[in-house]
Amino acid sequence: MTADAASAPVEGTGAAGPAKDGPAARGPRVRTATAYPRYVAGKVAGAAVSLLAVLVTGFFLFRLIPGDPVKFMTGGRQVSAEQLAAYRREFGLDLPLWRQFTDYCGKALTGDLGTSYQFSAPVIDKITEALPNTLLLTGTAFVLYTALGILLGTRAAWRHGRLGDRLGTGLALTLYSLPSFWLGLLLIITLSVGIGPLPGLFPTGGMESGGEEGLAYVLDVAHHLVLPVVTLVAVEYGQTLLVTRSALLDEMGSDYLTTARAKGLRDDLVRRRHAVPNALLPTVTLIFINLGRTVAGVILVETVFSWPGLGGLFYQALSVPDLPLVQGLFLVFAAAVILMNTLADLLYPLFDPRVGR
Amino acid sequence: MSLLDVRGLTVTYAGGAQAVRGVDLRLDAGRKLGIAGESGCGKSTLALALLRLLPAGTRTGGEILLDGEDVLAMKWGRVRAVRWAGASIVFQGAMHSLNPVRRVGDQIAEPILLHRRATPAGARKRTGELLEHVGLPAARASAYPHELSGGQRQRVMIAMALACDPRLIIADEPTTALDVMIQAQILRLIERLVADQDVGLIMISHDLAVLAGTCDRLAVMYAGRVVEEGPARQVYEAARHPYAEALSAAFPRIGDPASRFAPRGLPGDPPDPSALPSGCAFHPRCPVARDSCATDDQPLRAAGPQRRAACVRVADDEREARAAAGTAAPHGEPDSPEEARRTTP
Repeated sequence: MTADAASAPVEGTGAAGPAKDGPAARGPRVRTATAYPRYVAGKVAGAAVSLLAVLVTGFFLFRLIPGDPVKFMTGGRQVSAEQLAAYRREFGLDLPLWRQFTDYCGKALTGDLGTSYQFSAPVIDKITEALPNTLLLTGTAFVLYTALGILLGTRAAWRHGRLGDRLGTGLALTLYSLPSFWLGLLLIITLSVGIGPLPGLFPTGGMESGGEEGLAYVLDVAHHLVLPVVTLVAVEYGQTLLVTRSALLDEMGSDYLTTARAKGLRDDLVRRRHAVPNALLPTVTLIFINLGRTVAGVILVETVFSWPGLGGLFYQALSVPDLPLVQGLFLVFAAAVILMNTLADLLYPLFDPRVGR
Repeated sequence: MSLLDVRGLTVTYAGGAQAVRGVDLRLDAGRKLGIAGESGCGKSTLALALLRLLPAGTRTGGEILLDGEDVLAMKWGRVRAVRWAGASIVFQGAMHSLNPVRRVGDQIAEPILLHRRATPAGARKRTGELLEHVGLPAARASAYPHELSGGQRQRVMIAMALACDPRLIIADEPTTALDVMIQAQILRLIERLVADQDVGLIMISHDLAVLAGTCDRLAVMYAGRVVEEGPARQVYEAARHPYAEALSAAFPRIGDPASRFAPRGLPGDPPDPSALPSGCAFHPRCPVARDSCATDDQPLRAAGPQRRAACVRVADDEREARAAAGTAAPHGEPDSPEEARRTTP
């Protein structure tokens, strides 16, 4: 799905290109009323197939993880073989694999993702509990790095080759290539723990100190939010910047920009009205991909900052392996990405009239 | 006063390429001037220079008097006001000169609103009128460029150029990349509009035949200079400069079957504008070059009534013609290029 969405603008430009061989001979392409519904149906069907593939893959993939869930549940105590067998029966692990699979699929279709081994709670409850925390962290970071990336990318392209562009793009590229957990740890060491006489300015982890109410609680959460958000923004904004910059550079030599200038438009209007709307198409694709990823959370950053979100939960579940929780999270993560990509496909015609007609 | 008077225009790109090297042109309202030449001869650079649309870092010299006002001396605010309202450009609309993600109606209305010629409602109405004027239904205003054929896009481009009633229209290869039938339609349309509205037209093309059929006067450019100029028919049928001659011979002539079987091309490539040959820039490709051509630059000189050409042979021919006619009178045809320069009607 990702590749599909990313290739869409390329197809779009191709559609406008073939004027050379005389489209007059072929006649104008007439927009038909049925084109868009058919386009929507195609994209939705594609999304459904992808989701099914995720369901199947998730089930079998995580059964390859080494480790015996029953051993974890007994916590290393001496247990008789009968007791182990009883546990296996309880969680359905004694059934043949294909039966486990059909049971899982049947329940998943009704919204029942099973019961977590380690928390002894329904998987769906664990997920809905952690989801808002993750969305708070990744959503805040998403808004900031997208805005920063587009703003700086546009400016870098418009002044490409100058010192500001080279420094800005170089910095973005450097930060983009840093491992997020490493940057997170550095920030914790310098700004949370404090070096020498410098006091720690921010909490080392978690989402709240506990015991706060009302406004104080909001401020406390915001205080905890700073370092993980800074880490995410620093690592992520570079991608948006680079995509925006290169797309705008591609557009900058375009003939229609000369037309716009010849009409007497000011330089900033040429950029805002004509160049950026065209150049933003690849960025829009990236935005929706990133939007899908906000649900998946950020396993490394959440783990480093002990953030009680889906990413941290996934890490805990994997180490068991807590199969129902792992499968459930995997499904939710994938569904979010598929949903956002489908949404991007459906909204694309709004940004580029050449798509989906 | 002429509508457009270009005096000694020079354009040097940032890399040092001399794209235009001293061009003089005049155009009166309601007249049509064709500019012909190979790719890279500086004709499109000339078109962009007239509205100062060349990239930053390009050096421009000389004067471009549009209605008596020097475009090159204007402040940027004034340049933007003159753009499209005083002079507009018909780009190769069949290609990429229209913004692919905006409706063509909005693109036509944009300069009308920008130059405050109408209210948004008035601009919409005017857009519909303009589209019908160029032979498209007004409802096509809501189409995107990719929904139109090449010819329709070119019509949109022409409608757009007319949007602010400019006094001068510059058409840069308006029919290139269109098939022959559509090409003829577009040319007739441009002719009709120019005749109706008494605007001046500069038409740029590599196709001498098209220009000869449409324009009153013709200027042939080579390596950034006008090498021949005169009434369109005469230049096309009896060129004086060997380059103009080769250019007109490169196109088969309608009604002359012989020319179809013996198309004459010109060997060699146009010179690199950053490393021009010495003397006459055309001498390395010239079939009738003399030794002196490699060292002596040739200015434009009078070559018959209302004609000018930049060739050493023209000077000889004129001298012989005068000698044969026995006119030793000092008031004869002006020979010095300085006097000849301004002999256009």
